Amino acid sequence: MNCRAEVLEVSVEGRQVEEAMLAVLHTVLLHRSTGKFHYKKEGTYSIGTVGTQDVDCDFIDFAYVRVSSEELDRALRKAVGEFKDALRSSGSDGMGQISLEFYQKKKSRWPFSDECIPWELWTIKVNVVNLANEQERQICREKVGEKLCEKIINIVEVMNRHEYLPKMPTQSEVDNVFDTSLKDVQPYLYKISYQITDSLGTSVTTTMRRLIKDTLAL
Amino acid sequence: MDTDLSSQDRKDLDKFIKFFALKTVQVIVQARLGEKICTRSSSSPTGSDWFNLAIKDIPEVTHEAKKALAGQLPAVGRSMCVEISLKTSEGDSMELEIWCLEMNEKCDKEIKVSYTVYNRLSLLLKSLLAITRVTPAYRLSRKQGHEYVILYRIYFGEVQLSGLGEGFQTVRVGTVGTPVGTITLSCAYRINLAFMSTRQFERTPPIMGIIIDHFVDRPYPSSSPMHPCNYRAGEDNGAVYPSVEDSQEVCTTSFSTSPPSQLLGPGKEGGVPPVPSQPAHGTQADQERMCTPLDGVHYSAATPSSSEDTETVSNSSEGKSGSPHDLLETIFIRKVGAFVNKPINQVNPPDSPETESPLQGSLHSEGSSGSSTGNTHDDFVMIDFKPAFSKDDILPMDLGTFYREFQNPPQLSSLSIDIGAQSMAEDLDSLPEKLAVHEKNVKEFDAFVETLQ
Repeated sequence: MNCRAEVLEVSVEGRQVEEAMLAVLHTVLLHRSTGKFHYKKEGTYSIGTVGTQDVDCDFIDFAYVRVSSEELDRALRKAVGEFKDALRSSGSDGMGQISLEFYQKKKSRWPFSDECIPWELWTIKVNVVNLANEQERQICREKVGEKLCEKIINIVEVMNRHEYLPKMPTQSEVDNVFDTSLKDVQPYLYKISYQITDSLGTSVTTTMRRLIKDTLAL
Repeated sequence: MDTDLSSQDRKDLDKFIKFFALKTVQVIVQARLGEKICTRSSSSPTGSDWFNLAIKDIPEVTHEAKKALAGQLPAVGRSMCVEISLKTSEGDSMELEIWCLEMNEKCDKEIKVSYTVYNRLSLLLKSLLAITRVTPAYRLSRKQGHEYVILYRIYFGEVQLSGLGEGFQTVRVGTVGTPVGTITLSCAYRINLAFMSTRQFERTPPIMGIIIDHFVDRPYPSSSPMHPCNYRAGEDNGAVYPSVEDSQEVCTTSFSTSPPSQLLGPGKEGGVPPVPSQPAHGTQADQERMCTPLDGVHYSAATPSSSEDTETVSNSSEGKSGSPHDLLETIFIRKVGAFVNKPINQVNPPDSPETESPLQGSLHSEGSSGSSTGNTHDDFVMIDFKPAFSKDDILPMDLGTFYREFQNPPQLSSLSIDIGAQSMAEDLDSLPEKLAVHEKNVKEFDAFVETLQ
């Protein structure tokens, strides 16, 4: 099947990377998590309850809703933390992307290993900007907040297209579709990966930086 | 066409739409309360968590929503709308958002009600949770308090967007197709937040608000009353709203993996889901209760009485001059005055008519500072200082006075020379008489001496 792919782009200051990424990833996972399945006899199952909580960002004028699951939050924070460190250590250009992929496992016969078939891919392209003074930072706080609001609206729009979702699995198949390792919620199987973009060329990077600075200066 | 939809499916669909509407209202109003919402995930399903989402039910909000719906469901031309507006402490108000739950005629006959529609409604609620945090009114509602409050109003019927000003924007939260129509949830929000001062405020039609410090419900016939979005779920409700009465209103928690899915709902006898914020009343009793208008009973924020008390005490203590003793005493006195309602004469001695009793003084001159500066102004009374450990209440004595008296005692009278000289002469004259008396009593003296030996 075709994998649905969505790309979001944000330009943020260094200290905003973590919160911006968490906001987007949590919003996607909110839509892609269900309660825990409890299978009963006769092929029926019941679903647990997903709680939600508000999160306020410290470095961005923004708030978002995430699933109430500490395990899930920890997993995302770990991935985003690694991405942030990689961005920081890559140099002052600070361009990279983090991807959240939902996949299904397909059991293969021996000797082949299980296939992972992605069905939805979210990519967030990040550009880290350096700001000179406090005024610019304040503007950045607000602008990034507004941008993230737009991103949330984009995500919700995609989610509500009701395009392909894996079929609800039987008990034996549930681990091929869902991540059942968490104790309170059950997201679809997902993996997070990232890559840091090396500077493609001085001219491109400087032009981008200048464009962003000009936007912020307005 | 209903022929394509089984009666069970139709009933289920109606139930889903009804509870979806109620939960939509809860999510919207709770998102405008001004506080962060947090609910817990639970791996074991409970019968009360519709759409597998932990969304608390504020009883008053459910009640208002049910009142607006009046037993109907959103249908073509009949939308359920939640209007969010801002009201300043001066009384100006402005509509911020209108959330609309609409139904159009586009039907999806193929869709499975009990499974797909249910799950998509759940997804739509999650989207609503996300979108309610990104419209401008969210940030405004988080800062509500003394200067302004956020109010909500639920109405059913035609959507009225005129109050949003020019150039309002619309965001679509999502749609869910059903066999009877497509449910659409959207929000129209004002972007021009320039306030009243720059334009004429027109009061047509007046929206009856409940201001946070008045709690007067003035129901207006043509428009439903507005309510503040500042419910504190932890408080006790003075008014009890009917809990979920319908015994069928336990949400579906079982799904089947095999299509076409049979709905295996949990038992429906008396299965009223427990709502945590409800007081423990049976549903029977609740049905008979009238829904009372909101009054100040369950809002304890900024109660005027408590602030007044602190104010008067601090006022009375502010007016103090002089030593800290005076300050202490005045506060002490005021407190006593508050609780004791008897005449003051019992406390202060009648012997000291010069000093007025402090309580009398403070009763006569209400709100006055009360402490003396020695002048005879009506507002100032002489207050005796009663030392804390002074035993003698009848003769209150200043410690300083006592000390001075102790230091300078009067001379013994017998030691004064004049008196001494006079008494000596008298003593000498009376000696013979005394001797005669003693001689008579010799025997007694002897007996006494013997007892000593």
